Amino acid sequence: MIYLILFWEFFQIGLFAVGGGLATLPFLSELGSRRGWFNENDLADMLAISESTPGPIGVNMATYVGYEQGGILGGLVATLGMVTPCLVIILFVAKFLQKYRESRIVNDLFYGLRPASLGLIAAAGFGVWLLTFVPMGITGGLLGTLAAVEWKSVVLAVLLYFLIKKTKKSPILFIVLSGIIGATVFPLLEGLGL
Amino acid sequence: MKKLWNVFFAFAKIGGFTFGGGYAMLPMLQREVVEKNGWATEEELMDYYAIGQCTPGIIAVNVATFVGTKLYGFWGAVFATLGVVFPSIVIITVIAAVLSNFADLVWVQNAFAGIRVCVCVLIFNAVVKLYKGAVVDKITLGLFLLVFLLMTLLDLSPVLFVVVCGLAGLLIRALQQKKGGEGK
Repeated sequence: MIYLILFWEFFQIGLFAVGGGLATLPFLSELGSRRGWFNENDLADMLAISESTPGPIGVNMATYVGYEQGGILGGLVATLGMVTPCLVIILFVAKFLQKYRESRIVNDLFYGLRPASLGLIAAAGFGVWLLTFVPMGITGGLLGTLAAVEWKSVVLAVLLYFLIKKTKKSPILFIVLSGIIGATVFPLLEGLGL
Repeated sequence: MKKLWNVFFAFAKIGGFTFGGGYAMLPMLQREVVEKNGWATEEELMDYYAIGQCTPGIIAVNVATFVGTKLYGFWGAVFATLGVVFPSIVIITVIAAVLSNFADLVWVQNAFAGIRVCVCVLIFNAVVKLYKGAVVDKITLGLFLLVFLLMTLLDLSPVLFVVVCGLAGLLIRALQQKKGGEGK
């Protein structure tokens, strides 16, 4: 019964992968070789697709593997398997939190948790920054780094920053806009050698 | 029932425009959950992220479940979670079925290069927005910088930071309390 197997396998990944979508990778890699569903190359392809389509990476990966093994229903079942543990655990945590929201101990806990959470978000954001603006990495001192900077991305980022500040429109608009600019203007600039 | 569908659609919108994992979802969450619908505050959102990072599962799903539970209990959680995964299921199924070379298409790579620039700016803005609620004094500034630097330079588990900083918060507050008590 492939659906039960898919549900159970992804239920376990959802239960044990702590720290977001990429934390599912080691589990998926193990699952692929144990069940013989996919190899490391397939996994890299799936990751590329999951990262270049909208939605949480972990969910995208689950849907992909599930579809390959069991069609549309397989994708659905794998995803539901993956989110079920999250749903159950957070339901309990949320109930607890609501009850003790005003208590001193919870407040003190969050006093330390909030800057940590923000630090983690900022670090993840910084990683994306490096990948976007200096995709070749920082090497060869200051001059080498300056030469490696993707200036067209920097210019777009500055433009977007002021556009967002000024218009305060939904992020959706800016995501669509930058997707279009990326698909049309970027190749043109590259053609010009920029 | 209509309320639940509103939650579903709001989270489907969030899921449909999250490029690059849970962190990239933050700007969409701020827009839909905090600014547009007033379902949670910026601080609450950050609390959910903190917990979502040290509980198992996908951060985006954890945060959706949190907001859903806060709004309408169990069914709120179910609708928010299903909403956030719905676009993924549809899009990935289509790609897996007909476009398995999707990530290799040149125009997709170019479009994604543009989108990633936008995600950079959006995450930057999100961090700036949350900064005021999280960094309230020198100690929290120290914790923020420490976590940021260690996480950037070393490949450590986020769980470690969340647990250590949570305990540090308890300890520091207890010490401050004691000091304050002696001063009276």
